[in-house]
Amino acid sequence: MLEIRNLRATIEGNEILHGLNLTVKAGEVHAIMGPNGSGKSTLARVIAGSEDYEVTGGEVLFDGENILELEADERARRGIFMAFQYPVEIPGVGNTYFLRQALNAVRKERGLDELSGKEFLELAREKARLVELPEELMKRSVNVGFSGGEKKRNEIFQMAVLEPRFSILDETDSGLDIDALRVVASGVNKLRGADRAIVVVTHYQRLLQHIVPDVVHVLVDGRIVKTGDKDLAEHLEEVGYAWVDGELKAAQAAQA
Amino acid sequence: MTTATKTIEELAEQKYKYGFYTDIEADKAPPGLNEEIIAFISHKKGEPDWLLEWRLKAYRHWLTMEEPKWPKVQYEPVDYQKISYYSAPKKKGDGPQSLDEVDPKLLETYAKLGIPLNEQKILAGVVAVDAVFDSVSVATTFKDKLKEMGVIFCSFSEAVKEHPELVRQYLGSVVPPTDNYFAALNSAVFTDGSFVFVPKGVRCPMELSTYFRINEMNTGQFERTLIVAEEGAYVSYLEGCTAPMRDENQLHAAVVELVALERGTIKYSTVQNWYPGDEEGRGGIFNFVTKRGICKGDDSKISWTQVETGSAITWKYPSVILRGDRSVGEFYSVAVTNNRQQADTGTKMIHIGKDTRSNIVSKGISAGRSNNSYRGLVQVNKGATNARNYTQCDSMLIGNRCGAHTFPYIDVRNDTGRVEHEATTTKIGEDQIFYLQTRGLSEEDAVSMIVNGFCREVLAELPMEFAVEAQKLLGISLEGSVG
Ligand SMILES: Nc1ncnc2c1ncn2[C@@H]1O[C@H](COP(=O)(O)OP(=O)(O)OP(=O)(O)O)[C@@H](O)[C@H]1O
Ligand SMILES: [Mg+2]
Repeated sequence: MLEIRNLRATIEGNEILHGLNLTVKAGEVHAIMGPNGSGKSTLARVIAGSEDYEVTGGEVLFDGENILELEADERARRGIFMAFQYPVEIPGVGNTYFLRQALNAVRKERGLDELSGKEFLELAREKARLVELPEELMKRSVNVGFSGGEKKRNEIFQMAVLEPRFSILDETDSGLDIDALRVVASGVNKLRGADRAIVVVTHYQRLLQHIVPDVVHVLVDGRIVKTGDKDLAEHLEEVGYAWVDGELKAAQAAQA
Repeated sequence: MTTATKTIEELAEQKYKYGFYTDIEADKAPPGLNEEIIAFISHKKGEPDWLLEWRLKAYRHWLTMEEPKWPKVQYEPVDYQKISYYSAPKKKGDGPQSLDEVDPKLLETYAKLGIPLNEQKILAGVVAVDAVFDSVSVATTFKDKLKEMGVIFCSFSEAVKEHPELVRQYLGSVVPPTDNYFAALNSAVFTDGSFVFVPKGVRCPMELSTYFRINEMNTGQFERTLIVAEEGAYVSYLEGCTAPMRDENQLHAAVVELVALERGTIKYSTVQNWYPGDEEGRGGIFNFVTKRGICKGDDSKISWTQVETGSAITWKYPSVILRGDRSVGEFYSVAVTNNRQQADTGTKMIHIGKDTRSNIVSKGISAGRSNNSYRGLVQVNKGATNARNYTQCDSMLIGNRCGAHTFPYIDVRNDTGRVEHEATTTKIGEDQIFYLQTRGLSEEDAVSMIVNGFCREVLAELPMEFAVEAQKLLGISLEGSVG
């Protein structure tokens, strides 16, 4: 479904992604782990279409088509979604209003009828239950005054409403209390499907006990340096990134 | 027209005498401003002598005045002798002959606002109102209903004829003809406008002007509006139109006067979208308006709500004189400037009565190379015990070539007065736009949504139907301002 080949991306002249490769197939859940500053959010934002970054090489193929030339909103309407590490506040814009506009934009692209206010509300209520988002939050302005955890929940709520085919969740687990983590994870699990793919970016093995990944990647210094199954995550948690680093250096030394 | 020019010139040479012009059939006064022209206008309109005298006094005062200058507004000087101060209601053939001759950008906007073709033609000046728009019957139905309740709602000219005593009592009582340069000019040469009178204890059952707003368009560049709410009366009045309007007249200098007697309430909402000119500001309208209301009686209330998106230059400060005890003045404003537009707008709240309150919420949005200033005065007079004012002034910048400025003047002469002022300036966030885009909204929709959110408190004050249109309008006004 998503294939990234040799992706290079820079921000303000600094290269952050140095030739990254990643393939995610329909129906799969992948986890990406990696030290702070290694480029995980950068990857997520480049996939989503942020213009802060300049892509200097490589491709991002979605269903075989290079999407790098598309605007963020076009990508979203085709079914790409990112849950933000730091969701943005938008004062004065009602959460429900915003999401209905967004869903209708997406539905239009898919050739579906727009939903009326009433139809949307029914759908939204159902999806809100999925992540146990209090209805009161739906009425407030987008993310304004939400607690850290509420913001994260709101991201998954949006994902549930928009039903994207490919989602990348950037540290959705950080800031969630233990109960919230379980709720959000079970929400995400309900959104798994044969025609959907999900990538979760996380620092913690804990999330992966709830959302069990098919593949785990380690991202260090702008590259995927190791790929394995869920056991890799457990191992990492025990030994830390120094281990990957050491292995990497050894491999590089052997190559030279 | 040439005949008229000639006639006027000939007449001008003769000794000036009232009642001289009654049988002149000209549709348009020749360019220029002098006492004869004013007399011509007055006679064309069949006005009583006192009104002509009133106009002439204003004119003579205007001659002694100097055009004001503001640091934040720049424009080529207006040549007042080149303007024609009277033209009969427009007939077919004056403006462009078909929509093909109209700025395609304007047509695009009409389409986006979903304005029917017939109305587009009116707005663009291709046809005269009466040529296509049979709203007369609609208007009369409502007028009959209003009449039953004793509400007078008619054109200013009609009011002069039908209710001269009311006009005479209130005209100039809030904005004296000598008030400022443009008000003096307006007083001398105004041609038409609206008149509203709501008698004691009557609550006007509908938003005035909703059904009439297309019809009101040709009232000309010097519009005069007078609204009176008697004891305990209530009226909500809507002015303007969301569709951008073209006009050959570059200078617009309207005067609006509101009078609220004891427990009377007037809510005045404006959506102003005059042609702002092209991207360089060429051909845009100068909008120099004097709007003022007086809360004359105790417990009265006047509320101004405005959404300003048009004009090359906007200069207006809807104000409230809070004379009655416990009277309330409100000002809610959204001013959007893009490209080369300049807006200098704000309000004046003059507290005279005891326990008077005023509330100011101003939202300025600047994009392109525009300049947007809030200029406000809160004055608490000696006798205004326990006066309260709260002012909130928020500016939003889109891009980095535009300017936002805030000039709050506060003058408190009574120790018990409490005046609070809060101001913020924000840049529209790239991250906010990106966030909305990743949910499927186009960049333009994202900007529009963020801006509408920013203005929400003000838009909430608009009557429902207007609010929806105003929201669309904000988005359209800012198109192309990001990225
Ligand atoms: N504007 C910028 N100019 C220069 N470097 C930047 C800029 N923005 C981000 N970076 C750098 O890019 C690198 C990757 O950042 P990114 O946010 O992708 O890391 P991350 O893997 O998500 O980290 P974390 O685990 O802390 O969320 C960091 O070193 C960061 O400092
Ligand atoms: Mg990150």
